[in-house]
Amino acid sequence: MFLDSDLLLSALRALTPILLAALGGAICERAGVFNIGLEGMMLMGCFTAVATSWFTGSAWLGVLAAALAAGAYSLILAVGAVTLRGDAVVLGVAMNLLAVGLTGFLLRTVFGVQGTFDDPSLAGLPLVGGFTPLTYLSWAAVAVAAVLLSRHVWGLRLRGVGEAPDAAATLGVSPVKYKYGAILTSGVLCGLAGAQLALGNVTLFTENMTAGRGWIAVVAVMLGRAAPVGVLLAALLFGLAEAAGFRLQGLGLPQQATDAAPYVVTLGALFLTTARRRRRIRPSGAAS
Amino acid sequence: MTPPQADVDGGAGPADVAVELRGITKRFPGTLANDAVDLTVRRGEIHALMGENGAGKSTLMSVLYGMERADAGTVRIDGRDTDFASPADAMAAGLGMVHQSFKLFDSLTVAENVVYAAEPRRFGLVDRAAARRRVRELAEQHGLFVDPDARVGDLPVGLRQRVEILKLLHRGARTLILDEPTAVLTPAEADALFAVLKSLAAEGRTVILVTHKLREVLEGSDHVTVLRDGRVVARLVTAKTSADAIAAAMTGRAVQLDRIHAPGTPGEVVLDTTGLSTDAVHDITLSVRAGEIVGIAGVAGNGQSELIEALAGLRPVTAGRVTLKDDDITHASATERRLKGLAYVPEDRHAVGTAPAASVADNLAMGHHRTSLSHRGLLPPTSVRAHARRLIERFGIKASTPDVPASALSGGNLQKLLIGRELAHDAPLLLVEQPTRGVDIGAIQNIHDQLIAYRDAGHAVLLVSAELSEIRGLADRVLVMYEGRITATYDKTEADERTLGLAMAGGTSARVEAAD
Repeated sequence: MFLDSDLLLSALRALTPILLAALGGAICERAGVFNIGLEGMMLMGCFTAVATSWFTGSAWLGVLAAALAAGAYSLILAVGAVTLRGDAVVLGVAMNLLAVGLTGFLLRTVFGVQGTFDDPSLAGLPLVGGFTPLTYLSWAAVAVAAVLLSRHVWGLRLRGVGEAPDAAATLGVSPVKYKYGAILTSGVLCGLAGAQLALGNVTLFTENMTAGRGWIAVVAVMLGRAAPVGVLLAALLFGLAEAAGFRLQGLGLPQQATDAAPYVVTLGALFLTTARRRRRIRPSGAAS
Repeated sequence: MTPPQADVDGGAGPADVAVELRGITKRFPGTLANDAVDLTVRRGEIHALMGENGAGKSTLMSVLYGMERADAGTVRIDGRDTDFASPADAMAAGLGMVHQSFKLFDSLTVAENVVYAAEPRRFGLVDRAAARRRVRELAEQHGLFVDPDARVGDLPVGLRQRVEILKLLHRGARTLILDEPTAVLTPAEADALFAVLKSLAAEGRTVILVTHKLREVLEGSDHVTVLRDGRVVARLVTAKTSADAIAAAMTGRAVQLDRIHAPGTPGEVVLDTTGLSTDAVHDITLSVRAGEIVGIAGVAGNGQSELIEALAGLRPVTAGRVTLKDDDITHASATERRLKGLAYVPEDRHAVGTAPAASVADNLAMGHHRTSLSHRGLLPPTSVRAHARRLIERFGIKASTPDVPASALSGGNLQKLLIGRELAHDAPLLLVEQPTRGVDIGAIQNIHDQLIAYRDAGHAVLLVSAELSEIRGLADRVLVMYEGRITATYDKTEADERTLGLAMAGGTSARVEAAD
């Protein structure tokens, strides 16, 4: 049996970092900030988590430090795109490139190694019922984000800010504050995603270890239409694809082919949804 | 012309005054937008603030509403001095403004838009049931019915405006400022709006109406303050004044409004359609002759734009036949049609008619680039600029140089640019949509004269307009469109406002009688 509970469990593990990052991306999207810096923020989280856990001996301090570091890193986007009105896409790409270089450089200067830092005494996150606490946290975060966005006063104001910042401003709601809040939240969530990846899924840091998960999170935001539950479903699809990739590898397929699984699913999903959305938009669009 | 005498003011005790502006002066680089403007608005009245584009109305309202700070002057609301730093401050003091371009959230529901930033709450969550109830209450109370659960983006413009008004009423606005509220409304929607405004005034709220439409001011307001070049030039009691007097005050010269031009002398058929259909129009058979203006009247959204697009080659024809001077152009491209002798003034001058970021010279060259201006496939800059200067001169476009971007022109001047560019083609057929929407009275007269001159030079003109007075003034024959079909045809003499209004509302006379 190919689709069994083991596959589902490994899918859920693979899912956590993507889900946390995508939730952050969704909140930004709702606030009108296109955040494609998720990958870089997550990578900063990975490195900070491993370094802090190594020097303090506490995985939990690693998690905390990762959240803070990625949150601080996200300020680049907040200041650049909101205060200075720069282009969020350019900034996001720059942040992703900077994170690769910066973590690689720090790996060399702090640990004196290249490529991968890996030590048996590096403290990872404990497993509770097969998952790290961060996995449970990510599920709770979906529910909390869903309620906040759709029902809470903050969520309503945030959505208004994303839709028409001028209109929000005339009603006394500051678009700048809400956008900063959204970007910082996404930074913290990406930090947690990085910690899960580096101290949960594995216990090591390797250069560019996010390997496109932040980009997949960006796609999950689009597929899930920036709604927390939609994002969860989209991320689950990628988690399944990643888990299925491992499984196929076990069946003797070449690793290069199975590693491509999540990305192939991403492309396919994008094609399918955009094609469907087009069809829905056309007739009403022509009426005006 | 001497400006009309101020024949009002005095007699209003401080308790009756809702808004009092004294000596408001606001300078922008290069212009004095408001020059010591005084404005007194009594509680419970509908007060019209009139003036041409650039007269300083918007600046004055921006000062009142906390969007701009005045360089000098005082603002008193309900007898208290105020100094608003933001619209939110102004709202807190009981003001509310409906901007010309609505400030709504399209993806949110009506109820969410109304309560936004003033939400009824339960445990920190938005109390959606209470929000819906509130919308229904306000709607009931003021005759502003809208489905609280509808998504604002799905609503027609008239209903969106209701949402804006509900939003202000929810916040307890006692004074409502409406900026050009009827610019986007159909005549029926405008009537409904005025009924609402009158009832709001009757219950003691104050309405400030910023507009340049004379008719609705005469019908709907109590007092009029007219601005010109940043100064108050007239304060009038509506009941004691006339459209001519207001127009004279606005423009500083005598204007003849709503002229009915003499009919033309039609020649041979230029445009002819038989059974033309597209996705949105059905079975259109019409012809336009040389030396004739045919007007299409109709409430916006009844297929007029789609018909014109089909004739211009921008929308596929699904059935029927179109000929231009006996050439079959049913399936010709827009370029082919233009080369065969068609010019086109689209209704949206910003998005379709011009390229706002390009220079005035480039905008005037567009279309002419493939004919008169092309020199072995190149556009010599000297010819482009010479062409621009000629048209600027001929059509009285106010542009400091041909090199300024088109976006720097006022609405009226941009429209003159667009119409001038198309008239300069000297094409046998001109399609023109909403030639004077949002344009000053002075520019309207100029544009109308240009169109009549074009007709008298022996060209055919097909005119679509939402302004009945424009259709009646210009058109030699009037067609009425309703739900994508031509439902009535009138000669110039038969086309009075009542007849056209009925036909536009979908009543062929037979159906109206049946309904009575």
